[in-house]
Amino acid sequence: MSQTIATPPTVRLDSDVIGKPINRTDGPAKVSGAAKYAAEFGVTGPLWYGYIVSSPVAKGKITKIHADEVLAIPGVQQVFSHENVPSFAWFDRAYKDDVAPGGSPFRPLHEPEIMFNQQPVALVVAETFELARYAASVLRIEYDVEKHNTDLDSVIGEAFDAPKGKTGFVPPPKPKGDMNKAFAEAPHKVAGEYIHRAQHHNPMEMFATTVDWLGDGKKMKIYDKTQGAPNVQQYIAKIFGLSTNEARVISKFTGGGFGSGLRPQYQVFLAVMAALELEHSVRVVMTRTQMFSFGHRPHTLQKLRIASDDQGHIQALEHKALAETSQFENATETVVNWTGILYNSPNTNFDYQLSKIDVYTPLDMRAPGAATGNFASESAIDEMSYKAGKDPLDFRLLNYTYSDPTENKPFTSKRLDDCYHEGAARFGWDQRNPEPRSMRDEKGMLVGWGVAAGCWDASMQKAAAKAVLSADGHLTVNSATNDQGAGTYVIMTQMAAQTLGLPMKQVTFNLGDTNMPAAPVQGGSWTANSVGAAVKDACQEVGKKLLKLAQKMDDSPLAGADFEDVQFVDGHIRANEDITRSVAIEDILAASGEEKIEADGKAGPNPINQLKYSMHSHNAVFVEVKVDEDLGTIHVTRVVNAVAAGRIMNPKTARSQVLGGTVWGLSMAMMEETYLNNELGRYMNHNYAEYHIPVNADIHKIDVIFVEEEDDIASPIGVKGVGEIGMLGVAAAIANAVYHATGKRVRELPLTSDKLL
Amino acid sequence: MNSFTLTQATAADEAVRDLTSHDGAAYLGGGTNLVDLMKYNLERPTHLTSLGLLPLTDITSLPDGGLRLGALATNADTAWHPEVEKRYPLLSQTILAGATPQLRNVATNGGNLNQRTRCYYFYDLATPCNKREPGTGCSALTGPNRVCGVLGTSESCIATQPSDMCVALAALEAVVRVQGPDGERTIQFDDYHRLPGDHPEKDNTLKPGELVVSIDLPEEGYADHFTYLKLRDRSSYAFALVSVAVGLKMSGNTIEKARFALGGVAHKPWRDQEAEKMLEGQTASPDLFRQVAAKVFAEAKGYGEGSLHNSFKIELGKRAIVRALKQATEMSQVVNPNVFLNSNP
Repeated sequence: MSQTIATPPTVRLDSDVIGKPINRTDGPAKVSGAAKYAAEFGVTGPLWYGYIVSSPVAKGKITKIHADEVLAIPGVQQVFSHENVPSFAWFDRAYKDDVAPGGSPFRPLHEPEIMFNQQPVALVVAETFELARYAASVLRIEYDVEKHNTDLDSVIGEAFDAPKGKTGFVPPPKPKGDMNKAFAEAPHKVAGEYIHRAQHHNPMEMFATTVDWLGDGKKMKIYDKTQGAPNVQQYIAKIFGLSTNEARVISKFTGGGFGSGLRPQYQVFLAVMAALELEHSVRVVMTRTQMFSFGHRPHTLQKLRIASDDQGHIQALEHKALAETSQFENATETVVNWTGILYNSPNTNFDYQLSKIDVYTPLDMRAPGAATGNFASESAIDEMSYKAGKDPLDFRLLNYTYSDPTENKPFTSKRLDDCYHEGAARFGWDQRNPEPRSMRDEKGMLVGWGVAAGCWDASMQKAAAKAVLSADGHLTVNSATNDQGAGTYVIMTQMAAQTLGLPMKQVTFNLGDTNMPAAPVQGGSWTANSVGAAVKDACQEVGKKLLKLAQKMDDSPLAGADFEDVQFVDGHIRANEDITRSVAIEDILAASGEEKIEADGKAGPNPINQLKYSMHSHNAVFVEVKVDEDLGTIHVTRVVNAVAAGRIMNPKTARSQVLGGTVWGLSMAMMEETYLNNELGRYMNHNYAEYHIPVNADIHKIDVIFVEEEDDIASPIGVKGVGEIGMLGVAAAIANAVYHATGKRVRELPLTSDKLL
Repeated sequence: MNSFTLTQATAADEAVRDLTSHDGAAYLGGGTNLVDLMKYNLERPTHLTSLGLLPLTDITSLPDGGLRLGALATNADTAWHPEVEKRYPLLSQTILAGATPQLRNVATNGGNLNQRTRCYYFYDLATPCNKREPGTGCSALTGPNRVCGVLGTSESCIATQPSDMCVALAALEAVVRVQGPDGERTIQFDDYHRLPGDHPEKDNTLKPGELVVSIDLPEEGYADHFTYLKLRDRSSYAFALVSVAVGLKMSGNTIEKARFALGGVAHKPWRDQEAEKMLEGQTASPDLFRQVAAKVFAEAKGYGEGSLHNSFKIELGKRAIVRALKQATEMSQVVNPNVFLNSNP
């Protein structure tokens, strides 16, 4: 018997856009080349070019700079070095940016001392780029070379507890119970040491600054490659004693950042300094080699010990990490804490230390700290599951925690369990033979299936936005945030459109200009949440003004309604109770006679909720590898990445973020490593040919699942952010799959073929 | 990059005259390596003799049954040429295992032979390197040297010749035809590149002013039994850790003739004629292949342990030879195993 089911009438709401897979509003500009990056902006009047000269030694002192020889070349305008750079701000605090770690920030061209290899030692400014490059190549600089030490292994004995001082750094959780006793007495246990060396961000776009000297006092437009224009502006203004009016920083598009653009890089200092000294427009672009001259994911050594009882319950959990930092700053990451957040154990010990070597200060790189700690802990948990005789997924579920054991707080939401279940179902985990080396494909290749979990902060920062609704009905929203490719442009447009019930095409979102309301650097997965809430707030304020104007209209159907009583849908304000009581926004604007309606919005963390709750995003990653054991080659043939990160504003851009994160995790697992030559104190594979990241042929099927969470506590807009979470779990799941395929546990990244021979 | 003058030559003899009449001159083919080196300030020619207009782009059959590859034919045009694909599939696949389509579309055959090493230290002016600046020392001997060689090295240099194409040309026993101030001559491929010895600054045996005009392939192309196995750190756009080009003539399961060469392990494409002879007249078997592999690497020297250092290449190289010979005899897998073709949509 057939049954007819009435199809509900399709209601198309152009303004109902949050949660929809909408294309990037900035996409056409990017693919057509219309989108301008820092080194592409034109200036008023002629432009001069600065070329950076880098130190060939890691430690020592400059004794002589033969600038006169280079200044004699026609077209060379100036050679800047410590010999002629005027003194600017005196105190360290002027050089501290919003996300600087503790210590004394590097001051370019201030001192003759060399503290790290490739330290910028001079800037040659000339009338063309080619001339500046040539002149830089013949600039003779003499050094007194001193003995350096870049070998982390040699300074393990000098490790010290990582000090506080950097925004966002959470010291290791306090120990619980008696770790050593519990470990000694437990029937099943694992202990292992894990290593990855330095990794460099390598965004496609080089760090670059174009300073447009406006010829009006010290006024400049500073086009900079950064993840936060306001952070750069504060840095520049403090150092050079400029007003925010004089130092306007603009960053409309960022060709990848991954953390490298969190701190102002030295080219912006050099370009602004040269422009001020020469009173001329100047552009400075780093070379690819120089992209290896500053921050990086630090070389980190880790030790884990885990023990369980016969049922597979974790009884002892210890995670220790030792990371490199520079001689002048204490770069800190949250490395070990995540292990304690994911798994409960009555006995724990956590430790995180630093040792100083002669390199530049490490810098947050995608899922900083967590990516490092997660690889080690999820590898060790996997190993523990085998020791306890449990399926790796069952073991994780058995030790699942519904509150944060490190802070004894409930989570605002945590659907990691559903990530496990939905991911496992999509992957076909139930078909897995638990025995290592038991699965092969039709060609005889060893097949391995691995799983790992990940955890990241759902964090919120202070942010502001301004919304302007013009008489023609177009809404423009501005915030000085950033879009390093994440999709900020489109999701903020969605947020504004949805809040005021306007179609996307009637809304423009602008970012990346310090003349706009301030926003934090784009990092930590907090942009969607923080800026999104500020945009919503600004639009709601405009909405309130609109409602008041609507109520002033003759015979207003909305008379007497409070803001909470109405909704903004399809260009109308409607009463919730009776949607036929409706006024078109264009009619309100026309009746009001106003040229525009504008409002400021802001958002920030809720301190009470932060005290009461633990706020995190989670994911579960399932991986299939195929291994050619004779040759040691590994292919990651399938990945399922199931993510619980609150509300997903745009499943298309969010999926792209998780795809990118998955590829990043694969890259970390399989390829990325900066080769440090300790004798020379220098990174050696400083180009795209030798610092390997995946090509298309390395990437196969990646399936992204979003397990949505309703969470109004972590965020007023229910968003947790997806910038980092997608890469977590991936490296460990690959290593775990390799173990399942081969029976070989590799604890040192990357998983190059030589490690399986 | 320094300033330079440039001449567009239209014939080989004119190019030779132009180059030899300028101090500090260099030939410019596709420029995919030279221009990079100039940007890095590693090469500083004051004059370039551009070869772009020379009529050396043809690929033509030779009366002896061989095939002539014009020195200025691009790598892409060579790899996709019907005669090359049909008669010398080993060469075609080897070319396609190198670089990227963009590079292969511009890079020339002559230039491929003359590309410089990719040793990290050669590419970095801040470091000692005997190949770049004779007498300064070799940083690779003790530093990270994953990209460096284990066969035929010297205490002066352990750099490798980075070409894929040349590995096949060595196995195919190509002949390089050159033109110089004293006229034309031919160089057997084995003699074209040299070992570093005490003069690592010299990559090859070209005399001053000599210009590659063609690469001549003998008639035998091993189209029935061949393989190019390239092992590298990612599936494309990476230089070989170890690569093996094999050409066999088989009769049943018996190897009648064997030629093979290795890339990524030496200052030149590495051939071992004694090892080749060990295969000839023998029945193909894993044991035989292992003996051959052991012979090839008997004199190998690794420079340090761990993944940053290259000793692992000795074991990897042996396994690569065994696998490549197996693939060539069985013609079981003639695609690069690094490029994994999965069945997922």
